[in-house]
Parts: sequence; C-alpha cells; structure tokens
Amino acid sequence: MGVKKPSVGALLLGLIPFVAMCLSVSLWDRIEPMIFGLPFNLFWLVAWIVLSSLCMWAAYRVEVARDKKDSGAQ
Amino acid sequence: MSPSAVSLTTIFVIVAIGVAIGFLAGAHRKMDLEQWTVGGRGFGTLLMFLLMAGEVYTTFAFLGASGWAYSRGGPTLYIMAYLTLAYVVSFFILPQIWEVGRKYEMQTQSDFFSTRYGNKYLAGFVCVVGIASFIPYLQLQIAGVGIIVSIASFDGIGRTPAMAISVVLLVAFVFASGVRAVAWVSVLKDVLMVFAAVSIGIGIPYMYFGGIGPMFTALAHSRPAHLTMPGATTNLGHTWYISTVLLTSLGFYMWPHAFGAAFTAKSGHLASQRRRHAPLHHHSSLYLLCRLHCGFGRARLAQWRPLALNHRPQKLPALVPGGDRRSRCPDRNSARRHFHPDRCDPIR
Repeated sequence: MGVKKPSVGALLLGLIPFVAMCLSVSLWDRIEPMIFGLPFNLFWLVAWIVLSSLCMWAAYRVEVARDKKDSGAQ
Repeated sequence: MSPSAVSLTTIFVIVAIGVAIGFLAGAHRKMDLEQWTVGGRGFGTLLMFLLMAGEVYTTFAFLGASGWAYSRGGPTLYIMAYLTLAYVVSFFILPQIWEVGRKYEMQTQSDFFSTRYGNKYLAGFVCVVGIASFIPYLQLQIAGVGIIVSIASFDGIGRTPAMAISVVLLVAFVFASGVRAVAWVSVLKDVLMVFAAVSIGIGIPYMYFGGIGPMFTALAHSRPAHLTMPGATTNLGHTWYISTVLLTSLGFYMWPHAFGAAFTAKSGHLASQRRRHAPLHHHSSLYLLCRLHCGFGRARLAQWRPLALNHRPQKLPALVPGGDRRSRCPDRNSARRHFHPDRCDPIR
C-alpha cells in the first residue's frame, strides 16, 4: 500500500522508553532514595513520562529530516 | 440545603450540561456516515487530543486505579508505564493507519483489515473480536458509573437506575452526533476529572498526612512492602510487570475505538505531531498520579478506621471496587485481611 516504514533511528529512540519503563523494572523498583517525597519507583516512572516525550520528539525530528531529504532528492 | 440535595443537584447539572454538549456537537452538520464515524476526517490537534485522552481516561482512572493502589500497592505502577508506552507505539503506527485510511476511505478497524489483507472473513473476525471485547469493557464502565452515582448521591439514586439513565442518555447523544459528541463531551469530563483528581489526590494527603511526601514516608515506614512489587499480592512481581506492560502497550491499538480515532485526524502529520507530545501533555497522567496517591493514602488510612473517608468506613471498599473484588482469589483475601482487620469475613 506504499506506506513508508519508520527509520531505524526513530525505532531505536522509541525503544528507549520501553527499556527504561518496562524491561529494567528490577533495577528501579525500590523505595529508597525517595525523591520529591515520592518512592523511587514512582518518581522514576513520572520522570520517564517526561523523558519519553523527549525521545519521541527526537524521533519526530529524525522522521521530518528524512522526509525533507527524500523530497529534496526527488 | 442538605448534602444529598447538593450532590443530587450537582449530578443533575453536570449530566444536563454533558448531554447538551453531546447533542450540540453534531448540530448544524449534515450527518452522513463519514461525519458520524470519523468526523468527516476534519479533527484538528485539539479535538484529536481530546478524543484520544477522553477515550482512555474513564471510570477506571477513578475507581480501578486507586482501588488497585489501595488493595495491591506497587503493581499498580504498571498503569503509568503501559499508557506512556502505548503512545510511543502510536507514533509509529497511527500516521500509517491514517494515511491508508484516507486513501481507501476507511471508517472502521474492519475496513482496514478488509482492504489491507483482501479478506472479508478476516475483517468480520476482527469485528467480532472487537465487539466481544467491548462487552466486558462497557459492562465495567457502566457498573463504575452506577457505583459513582449511587455513592455521590448518598444512595439517592440507586445503581441500577443510574446505569439505565446513563446508558440511555449516552446512546441518545452518540446516535445524534457521532464521534464529535464523544470528543466534545470529553472536554467537560476532563476538566471535571482533573479538578476532582487534583483536589482529592493532593487534598487528602495534605489533610491527613500534611503532604504527599509525608504520606509516602508514613507508608514506607508502616508498610514498606506495599510500595514495591509484588505489593500486597504474591504473584504480581517483575515478570508479571514486564509481560503485562508489553502486552497492554503493544496491544493497545487493537481496541477498535483507539484504532478508529486515527481516521478522524485532518492530517497524518498532525497525528504524529500530536502523538509526539502526548505523554508529556498527558494531563491525565497527572490525575492518575493523584488517584494513585489517593489509593495509597487509603491503604494507610484504613488502619485508622475512625479517620477513614467521610467517617463512613463502610463505604470505603465501595469507593475502591478493586477492593471489592479482591475476595475472589486467595492472595487478594490476604490483602483484605491486611487492611481490613475486622472485615476478614469471606465474601461470596
């Protein structure tokens, strides 16, 4: 159907939140140190809600740059 | 005015405004099938955002999530991870779905499968699976509405009438205005939910503990195991967490309504742009967080029964349906005894 696949760079950026919020759970699932009054695991996830957005923003930039390059080449 | 009169009036006004918004959303528009299902593919960033946020944040945010935090503790954190990761997934799939959808004029998930794989039986199967999954989902949501209304009205409106009335009103305005009604009614709902979540989720920790930090400190001292996985359960540990988060985030767009929302966007670029900001802008994450606080707070509060919410401790499990259902499996039973020392009677 001629739909463009996402680039490897964007996919890798999208993988970061999965590693940070899911696969690495045993590294951060603890109470200490408490940060801003939150247990560490809760703080970690809140922080990664923000950091995931940064990752996706970067992925978006990668895709836009690629689109520009593609349309320039045509 | 008595408290119950105040709450009944509040409920009536909110419902009336919500229904009015629902009907007005589709007024002055020629309502053909494309307008009804995908809003004529004309949703801008704001409506798209509201539709996406609105469809995810439901009675679960108020009842299920805080109920889990209260009854199970640590494992509840999976909600924050899977929603954020579902939005990561959407970045990669929704623009493509949108593009194909516009090209082939698709309106539903089944249209996509029918065109993409050229098999009407597959499309029919997808449709049947979607509807079958929706029945328990809707049942849960409607039961949640019944609980919320009957408690908020001090039992002035019973669960069954509340459920019946809400379904009739919902079906009426969705029938009249389609997906536009869904998006616009979420404006009202989101405003109210943020207000309620912030006031309860921050208010209760401040009233009873002097803040969110002190609440968690108190909880970390009295029940440290409750804050990490597996919390009050025996089996919801890290393996469970990883498999559940992967399943629910990667599978999120199997929901027909989540999938179909991609067709409403004005441009595919917009769909991805909106997605890019989604996790950060997710006000909803904020209120989920507040609800988690509230749930964790209750876990602590339940030990001091005289301090329990509204001084109506018998209502406490009703406020947290996650708590209600615990009795069905053994590890939940132990959690129940854990937090309700005098409520350890087995429930059938």
